[in-house]
Amino acid sequence: MDLSYSPEEIAFEEEVREFLKTNLPDHIATAVRAGGELTADLMQEWHRILSAKGWLATTWPKEYGGPGWTPVQRHIFEVECNRFNAPRIVPFGLAMLGPVIQKFGNDRQKKEVLPGILSAEDWWCQGYSEPGAGSDLASLKTRAERDGDHYVINGQKTWTTLGQFANKIFCLVRTKFDGKPQEGISFVLVDLDTPGIEMRPIRLIEGGYEVNEVFFTDVRVPVENLVGEENQGWTIAKFLLTHERTNIAGVGSSMQALEEVKALARKVRRNGRPLIEDPLFAARIAQVEIDLEAMKITNLRMLFQAQKQGYPGPETSILKIKGTVINQELRDLARRALGPSAAPFPGSITDGNLALSPPDTANSAARYFNNRKTSIFGGSNEIQRNILTKTMLEL
Amino acid sequence: MNFDLTEDRQMLADTLNRYLAEQYGIETRNAAAYEAPFHDPEKWSEMAELGIAGALVPEEQGGFGGAGFDIAVVFEALGKGLCPEPFLGTLMAARLLAAADADLEALVSGETRYAVGLGEIDAAYDLENVATMAKASGDGYALNGRKSAVYGGQDADVILVLAKLGDAPAIFSVETSAANVVGYGMIDGGGAAELLLEDTPAQLLLENAAGAVQDAVNAGRLALCAEAVGAMGTTYEVLVDYLKTRKQFGRPIGTFQVLQHRTVDLLTEIEQARSITISAAASLDAEDATLKVAMAKNLVGRAARLVAEEAIQMHGGIAMTWEYSVSHYGKRLVMLDAQLGDTDQCLGEVMQSYAA
Repeated sequence: MDLSYSPEEIAFEEEVREFLKTNLPDHIATAVRAGGELTADLMQEWHRILSAKGWLATTWPKEYGGPGWTPVQRHIFEVECNRFNAPRIVPFGLAMLGPVIQKFGNDRQKKEVLPGILSAEDWWCQGYSEPGAGSDLASLKTRAERDGDHYVINGQKTWTTLGQFANKIFCLVRTKFDGKPQEGISFVLVDLDTPGIEMRPIRLIEGGYEVNEVFFTDVRVPVENLVGEENQGWTIAKFLLTHERTNIAGVGSSMQALEEVKALARKVRRNGRPLIEDPLFAARIAQVEIDLEAMKITNLRMLFQAQKQGYPGPETSILKIKGTVINQELRDLARRALGPSAAPFPGSITDGNLALSPPDTANSAARYFNNRKTSIFGGSNEIQRNILTKTMLEL
Repeated sequence: MNFDLTEDRQMLADTLNRYLAEQYGIETRNAAAYEAPFHDPEKWSEMAELGIAGALVPEEQGGFGGAGFDIAVVFEALGKGLCPEPFLGTLMAARLLAAADADLEALVSGETRYAVGLGEIDAAYDLENVATMAKASGDGYALNGRKSAVYGGQDADVILVLAKLGDAPAIFSVETSAANVVGYGMIDGGGAAELLLEDTPAQLLLENAAGAVQDAVNAGRLALCAEAVGAMGTTYEVLVDYLKTRKQFGRPIGTFQVLQHRTVDLLTEIEQARSITISAAASLDAEDATLKVAMAKNLVGRAARLVAEEAIQMHGGIAMTWEYSVSHYGKRLVMLDAQLGDTDQCLGEVMQSYAA
């Protein structure tokens, strides 16, 4: 047992800090700190900075142009990026499709798809969920029927995050219509400028716009865009979701959120003293700080395990279940710390120069409401419990 | 970074687990734990020979361990087997004796059984408020006051007592043969004592002992956390096994999702408890030990009670019986929270770190 970083890891941490200090533009960090929606330009600006450094594809091995980092290095990078208020890397190409292509793609696909992800030139989005297939993903109905060298796709996808900025989408589609639902699914790559695709925004609970519905009407996609074998898509989907879970604890984000809550509770005064001196509020902070302290170690233990066995195991569902709840609790505390000042709808105040709450806190309530998503997406926390039931409890 | 046990610690854990499984099964345990002297002196000696006490003491003092992870390994095994032997006193006494540069040979060999008397009825955890007083008397000192919840005190040879010497906390050594020790058994097994001090003769071990007492409390809290992790693990295994075999409505009750998800939540909390115990063990001899250990004791206290209550509930009536092991594990998991600082006390200590 040794929780300390090796000298190499300490040096790496220093290198990451130095890089962020020098290369993360102020206007980007300021926008992230404020907690509102980020523009596509701003996200791409950051992606290109990381790409130039070779640090964009954090999970990729060296042979595919990634930095070849260990899980511990990735953890360090995540924590530091959050500490410096760097934007979260949009994960669909880098963390999801990239590993899928590396494992299941053919040589041509590796050559065509990976460079665009690495350079941040292509913006991928995800076509998984459907109106009738959420937690029960295998029941998806979007159909792809062979017509010569093409699939003809008809159906509807939903919850497509940041699809409004994307030029490409990877989709799960049904290619076999009888037998077990899991055995008739395929994984295909689609250009979003193909005729017959329509993207419509979904406005979210807090008023923001980050997810979309995608409609497919007779969309013709070359058969060569199939990844892996036809009807093998479910295997790929599961592989992708496990990868999605590896960084799902959100430890870096929660560590930053905890610091923000503490700073806020020192600034806000209630009953004639700083809020942090109110024992009830301090107890709520302490409780979640303790849970986060444990989560940090749980996360590292599972990274260590993944590093040893070469892939993340089903126990990573624990990270999702607990990590999301901790993050939500912290967002809740930030909202509550502001009291009535959390209520104004961002952008609605008539005098834009009049501060109602400390700087960077205007979006606290919006952020709280938006973050309710984390226990729902990526396999809801209830689905994670089903996974653990099957794999760890063997019930 | 490495989360594997060293080979030596793994061997120690295996040895202890095997001994407890073979020699100290639940029926043997219950026979010893609930009848005076509330442990088994013969088993105590055997376990000392296996090296338990030595593992709690650093090499410089004649042991072969003493680090946070040594303590965690030993007490996790004790918790797994629900062992009532009073090694908590051994550990805390070892920390105090080491701080005083005293001889630990009799402690390491198991020849002398030590207990520590820190808390009092009106100062259970807030040790700066203890009322027991020391005064000079002949060659040594005499103590007046009353120490409560002296774990293992019912069958100890020596009790190390916290008392005020003037205004400063000090540690004294009291021979139980010369003291009024009122022993009792605890509801979750094992024994403790009230120590009634009426001009009781004592030797001064350590002056200005606040730092050493905090260190002993930190080590004791870590031990209790590890014990709870072990006991939670066993409880969880028994529960999952029961969910697979117990049938109602014509099928195993483990097929009901309402029980599956609650069981997963226990797994999650147990993993969190293990993680924070690792954090505490890693910090035991570091500057932030008191904070990290208080964090651990808070989380483990919450998790242990949840596991106990949920395991009993999900088992149904069987876990309410004396005959079934979960009832005894459940009692231990609930009651250990009150030892050396409960969840609320430890939460308050973490909150103090916010004062700036």
